Parts: sequence; structure tokens; C-alpha cells
Amino acid sequence: MTPLLEAILKTLALVFVALTGFAYLTLLERKLLARLQARVGPNRAGPAGLMQPLADGLKLIFKESITPSGVDKAVYFIAPVLTVIPALVLFAVIPFGKGDAFQLAANVNVGVLYVLGVLGVAVYGITLAGWSSNNKYASLGSLRAAAQMISYELPLSLSIVAVVLMAGSASLAEIVNAQWPGDILGWFIFRQPVAAIIFGITIFAETMRAPFDLVEAEQELTAGFLTEYSGMKFALFYMAEYVKMIAVSALFVTFFLGGWSGPFVNEIPILSLGYFLIKVVACLLIFIWVRASLPRFRYDFLMSFGWKRLLPIALLNIVVTAFLIVIGIPGYK
Amino acid sequence: MSSLKERLQSLGRIPAGMFEVLKTLGEKPVTVQYPEQQRPMSSRFRGRHHLKRYEDNGLERCIGCALCAAACPADAIYVEASENTNEKRFSPGERYASTYEINMIRCIFCGYCEDACPTNAIVLEPIEFPTGYTRESMIFGKSMLLELAPTGLPDTPQRTEPGKFDRAIVPFPPIDASI
Repeated sequence: MTPLLEAILKTLALVFVALTGFAYLTLLERKLLARLQARVGPNRAGPAGLMQPLADGLKLIFKESITPSGVDKAVYFIAPVLTVIPALVLFAVIPFGKGDAFQLAANVNVGVLYVLGVLGVAVYGITLAGWSSNNKYASLGSLRAAAQMISYELPLSLSIVAVVLMAGSASLAEIVNAQWPGDILGWFIFRQPVAAIIFGITIFAETMRAPFDLVEAEQELTAGFLTEYSGMKFALFYMAEYVKMIAVSALFVTFFLGGWSGPFVNEIPILSLGYFLIKVVACLLIFIWVRASLPRFRYDFLMSFGWKRLLPIALLNIVVTAFLIVIGIPGYK
Repeated sequence: MSSLKERLQSLGRIPAGMFEVLKTLGEKPVTVQYPEQQRPMSSRFRGRHHLKRYEDNGLERCIGCALCAAACPADAIYVEASENTNEKRFSPGERYASTYEINMIRCIFCGYCEDACPTNAIVLEPIEFPTGYTRESMIFGKSMLLELAPTGLPDTPQRTEPGKFDRAIVPFPPIDASI
């Protein structure tokens, strides 16, 4: 098999898994959210509602695609695509399992930079969507999106810097290797708890989910940047949100939960993929759990929390980590 | 300005609240699977209208007086009366409702028609709300509203012996207006 063919096949498989994952993540979220609110959730389409994502997809495909008057047509149509692509390409550098068979480009030595770059680009689609919609709610939503993403990208990046310091490499594959000296205590969530907490909080803001969903706050902004979108264009935004949720969960697993590592991965490499998936699903469940529990932040609190709390703590964490590495505490090289 | 201790305490309330939510997983969902399961309705619930009959002879109670139409605040009822004869008798008394239509979209289910009816002919009963795909189908005529004749009794119009049903049957003494 030529490397090109292999890469194409892997990419197709990955896109397929990501999109199926997205579809069933929406179902999982609706089911779990319903149970957390003492409801049942969707249970009509197919056995136990398992065909619900398919029904939703069909419905959205057959919806009339409305283009409101006064929109900037080109931007209006490109914006959903610009939102989905960063969410999907994030997967490229994530090591899904042990060995090359489960990795696309995980060995790229600028993996972390790539992740940060792609996360930074993701805001464009949303900002452009809101701006091109010719709608005040949408504009406000996209303004919030831009401000929120910029505010939370800094602590996000700084928390990863601490991880890079620990691993001594910016390659995601190396970061996973550095977390597996053979036992679970090697995971960076135990050696870098502060960075893990900051990263954990900022990815909620980055994916714009509750409690940081000010961008599409229903009660104030109708649907924020999504207001004027319907049909498949709406579905693309929806897809972007959920695929990104999976992607950042995978990143959290890679950076802090030891990626694919776990017992017996050296003997049975396929086990590593299983560990990875279990950890990602656990992260996704926490995403949903948080959405069910926490109310939305007030906007000024969101800003002051990002700039006055998370950012200084993240900076301090880097200094402390660097200091510990230099003086050579066990566990810190 | 709250103290640091208070702030840390308030931070601890976030996981506390989250675990409180998690407790719900152990509870049974309160959802009622509607078409299959239905919650019991009050026997006095004002659902869809029915035109009643006398149980002993199968004649229609409605005498076509149109008091219900007069009482209706939504103007949803239309009644047209015709004369009864002993050969073709629909109801006791002189007249019966040859047309009786209720527009179920206009109806507000207030039950004033029930109150206005002198013969207790129209009754709102606790059954499912009327539904339809077109506006036309939501205008319920007599065929939809009238009860079936009690078993063993003939449907209307009936052939009756002269003198037996000359006057309308008013079930209660009329309310004394001086009270």
C-alpha cells in the first residue's frame, strides 16, 4: 500500500467515524440530558430512538434553504463550511492508538502549534456567519464569539505550554509517550492538575457550550450567530459544534489523560484504540453533565474570569512547572 | 467584596450542584408516553362536544333553539332548526336542529353552550381534543357530534304516535330568576 493511498483511506475512515460520532453524540446528549431532567428523551424513531439522528438529518436536508434578504451571499454560504473544516482537521494530529496504524500525522513535531492554530481559525466561521447574516442578534452573537474565543484561547494555549514543557516535545505522539512510564500516575492530569483544570474550563468556552454558551444564548440572542441559518447550513454549524466537542475531548485525553495509554497496550496494540475511545466518551459525558447542571455565566463575569483569573493562574503554572523541571523534582524530569 | 474563604466555598458549590443533578439519574422519568399512556382526566373536563339523546326512546335532545349559539362567546356554533312531524320525528317538541355545526378551531371550550342548553343536549366530555388536517374538516357537523342511538332503539327520524311527543322535555324545573 502506497503511503498516499493509506493516508486517503485513513482520512475517509476518520471522517466517517467523526460524522457518525457526531450523529450519535447528539442522540447521547439528548438522551442523557433528558434523564438528568427526569425525562425520557427521543424514543420514537427506531428502537429506543436509535434512528433519531438519521431522522434529524433527513429533516434538515429536506428543509427549505432560506437566504434572508440583505445578506452577504458569498460569506453567508462559506461561513458554515469555514466552521466545520477546523473542527474536522483537528483530528489529523491526534494519536488514536499505539503505533502508526492508528495515527495520521501525530508525529508532526509542531502538533501543538497546529492544534492552537486550527482552534484559532475556528472563530472565523462563526464571526463571519454572524456578520454576513444582516441580523442584529447574529451580529451580537458573533461579536461575543470573537471576544470569548480570544479571551479563552490565551489560557488554553498557556495551559498546553505547561504540558509541552513536561513532555519536552510539541508532537502529540511524544506527549502521550511521556505520560506512560508504565503506570497511571504518569498522566499529566496528576502531574499538571492546574493546567488540566484550566484546559478543561477553556475547552468549554472554546466549543461554546454551557456554561459558556453566550454566543447562542437563546434567552437573549434568539440563536446568536445561527439565527438566520436553516436547513443544511444550520446542520453544518451543528455538526461543527459536536465534532469540535469530540475533537477537544480527544485533545484533553491526549494532553492529560494519557491518550491511548493503559495496561497491556504493548501486548495488544488494538487495546490502545479502545482505551482512547473510552476516555473520549468519558469526557463527552462530562460535557453533557456540565450542560445539564450549570447555568450560563454573565458576560462580564465570563470576561473577568478569563482575563483576571485563568490567565494569571496559567502563567504562574508555567513558571512553577519550569522551576520544578529545572531543579529536577522526581516526576518533573 | 467577599472574602477569599467565601469565594472558595462558593467554588465548592459548583461540584455540589453537579452531583445533585447526577442524583436524577437514579430517578424514574416522569414522562407519560402520550398516545399509549394517558393521564386520567377529570370527569368534568371540557373536551369535545357531544349531542346527547334520550336514553329511553332514542330521540335527540336538541330542539334547535340556538341558545347555545347565542351564548357562544366565540361565535363558533351555527344552528338551523326545522319542524318535527309525527311521521319524521327527530326530537320531542315542535322543532329539531336540522343543521348543527361547531367550528372546533373557533371554539374556546368555555362550556357556556352546555350551561345555556335547556334540554342538556350539548355536553362537553373529557375525550381527546379534536384534530384535523384541514380547516374544513374542523367544522364538526351533526354527523360528528350526535351520539349513536342507544342499543335496541331506532335512529332518528322516528315515526311516533300523535300526542306523545308534542312538547319538549325540559329535565329540570326552570331556574327561578327572582332568586
